[in-house]
Amino acid sequence: MPKLSFPVGPQHPALKEPENLRFTVDGELVVDADIRIGYVHRSIERSCSERNYVQDLYLCERVCGICSNAHTLCYCMAVEKIADVEIPERAQWIRMIMHEFERIHSHLLWLGVAGYEIGFDTLFMYVWRDREVVQDLLEMVSGSRGHYAMPILGGVRYDITPEMETKIREGVAILRQRTEHYADIATTEATFIMRTQDVGAVSGERCRQLGAVGPVLRASGVDWDIRTVFPYLKYDQVQWQVRSSELCDVLGRTLVRVQEVIDACDIITQALDQMPEGEIQAKFPRKVPEGEATARVEAQRGELIYYVRSDGSDVPARVKIRTPTLANLPASIEMVTGGYVADIPIAFASIDPCFSCTDRMVVLDDLRSGDSRQMTWAELVKLGRGR
Amino acid sequence: MQVVTPLFHVLVFPGFLFLVAFGLFASWIDRKLIAKFQNRVGPPLLQPLADFIKLLAKEDIIPEHANRAMFAAAPLVALAGVIASIVYIPTWSSTALAGFQGDLVVVVYLLTLPAFALFLGGWYSTNPFATIGATRVISQLFGYEVPFFLACLGPAIAAKSWSISEITYAQADGMWLVTAAPLGFLVALIALIGKLERVPFDIPQAKTEVITGPEVEYTGRRLAVWKLTFMTETIVGATLIAALFLGGPHFWGIPFAAMPAWLAGAVGMIVLVVKILLVVFFLALAQAAMARIRIEQMVQWCLMYLGIPALINIGVIAFVIRQVGA
Repeated sequence: MPKLSFPVGPQHPALKEPENLRFTVDGELVVDADIRIGYVHRSIERSCSERNYVQDLYLCERVCGICSNAHTLCYCMAVEKIADVEIPERAQWIRMIMHEFERIHSHLLWLGVAGYEIGFDTLFMYVWRDREVVQDLLEMVSGSRGHYAMPILGGVRYDITPEMETKIREGVAILRQRTEHYADIATTEATFIMRTQDVGAVSGERCRQLGAVGPVLRASGVDWDIRTVFPYLKYDQVQWQVRSSELCDVLGRTLVRVQEVIDACDIITQALDQMPEGEIQAKFPRKVPEGEATARVEAQRGELIYYVRSDGSDVPARVKIRTPTLANLPASIEMVTGGYVADIPIAFASIDPCFSCTDRMVVLDDLRSGDSRQMTWAELVKLGRGR
Repeated sequence: MQVVTPLFHVLVFPGFLFLVAFGLFASWIDRKLIAKFQNRVGPPLLQPLADFIKLLAKEDIIPEHANRAMFAAAPLVALAGVIASIVYIPTWSSTALAGFQGDLVVVVYLLTLPAFALFLGGWYSTNPFATIGATRVISQLFGYEVPFFLACLGPAIAAKSWSISEITYAQADGMWLVTAAPLGFLVALIALIGKLERVPFDIPQAKTEVITGPEVEYTGRRLAVWKLTFMTETIVGATLIAALFLGGPHFWGIPFAAMPAWLAGAVGMIVLVVKILLVVFFLALAQAAMARIRIEQMVQWCLMYLGIPALINIGVIAFVIRQVGA
């Protein structure tokens, strides 16, 4: 059969968000893969420079629905660094609890989606049913299931009351037990293993070369977690360990994520035990002094970097966001090339792609002339439509 | 000339209308069961019918470069093959409408028509996803078709007949052939999953990979015919397995001979319906419990774990028959 070229995306049942993958296949074997992103570009970075710091807090949260808390946390950390504001102890513990809650919710979402990609609808239904537990807890604490808006400049917005604490402990216990069941499925269910073992394999060395981050990197045997490498919040005061796997394939990434959920449950319980009483908000100046800062957190998908530059006014001069999915995309191309067509959805989904996070300002480098130019939103749209 | 009764049989019962109605009903049972397995509520009873009617109302689009004749003929040929085969399978009594020696082979052949028609329809759709799906249909055929036929051969050898009606009649005394050929029964059931393209063998129609494969360019009426084909194939396949392995309309202890014809027919039909729903239950359970595997894994697994047991099954039966003598 001659080589066939077909697109996956921008609209495709396998993709949760639009992006354009173009595959060249020879029968069932993927010979070449190319990726084109930019379908969810909303010029958030530009908008950030036109709004004040508080407005930007809510804007940055909406970069992504699933890792929204990681974005607000990272943004707050960067701006608080510039303003040299120390947030209260209790606020840091609460921030860590929300961070881990979001990790649970995101990884369980991913597990369900992974089940859907391989045709295992039952796993999807069960996992998302259990995910409702963490969604209800989040709603109880923050008032919202998606964008919790808990970290604010100077602390957190809401406190965790003793009644909430009891409910959180119960909920987390249920989640822990159910996730152990899913860990069992991932390691013993035959059809699941058939679809995930040796699929989308990238070695640890290659992952480092391609700049992969997060569970993708850890599943290839590299023990790199921002929570231990550049410690933030209270991760050095709770008992947990960096989860990694030597498998390097989709199965390895599944196991790493499921283990991280179980760890998150344990971290939350310990945090509730060790959390001191006290204030949850510190005074934050309206005008942030001149300066610049970088903050990095271990978001669910990997290392999230925020760079904020302030010129002394109440509007930031520049906010730059580097999301983990962008770092994982080169690795994802490697994962699907040389594999089967049937493995495209699950191999691609194994990096937990979040294209809402990824689409930032495009800087084009012309290889031949060496020029580079930035394109505005209107120019980009024109380019996209003209193709 | 007697034309009304055969016409009634072909068009209404157990022909077209009955198969369609029962197919829709079994589709509902299937979806409801899977929903319950997945801790959901599931659709109401008339949902499959509603989906079917909705599809009939949709616009009919044929891709510009597609071969119109093949594109249009494929679903109809598939449906015709499935519905025609019910004529040879006994339903409410041990005699099929038009059974004859060798009708087992004819029925197995007719039941492969949907797969080939799906391949041709997908190939002539000129859509890359349909092309990949179409090649997967044929590849999958390699995995399940031969084991399915070998499994059906088991009861034929045990009952010493090529006619499905006679095979069913041979089970009238209560000894279902599943006890003589248990391996064959399992092989036939699993191969049926491949025939009907359900999880774990729904590879040609993998939603997340090839967006429903060969059916991707079909809309409206033609897509409704495809859906109907697979729904009725579920019934026909289940009836075939029930007739060959589970004794068809016979149930141990029911005195068919002593009943008036209409009562025997009604009771036989009820017994058969129960058996068909048992098969549907098994199919739904398999769908809920497993993920979809890849095409090369499927073919390898089927040749190893369906083909070899089917051969063993035949060997054992032939050996036992020789030993027993008559």
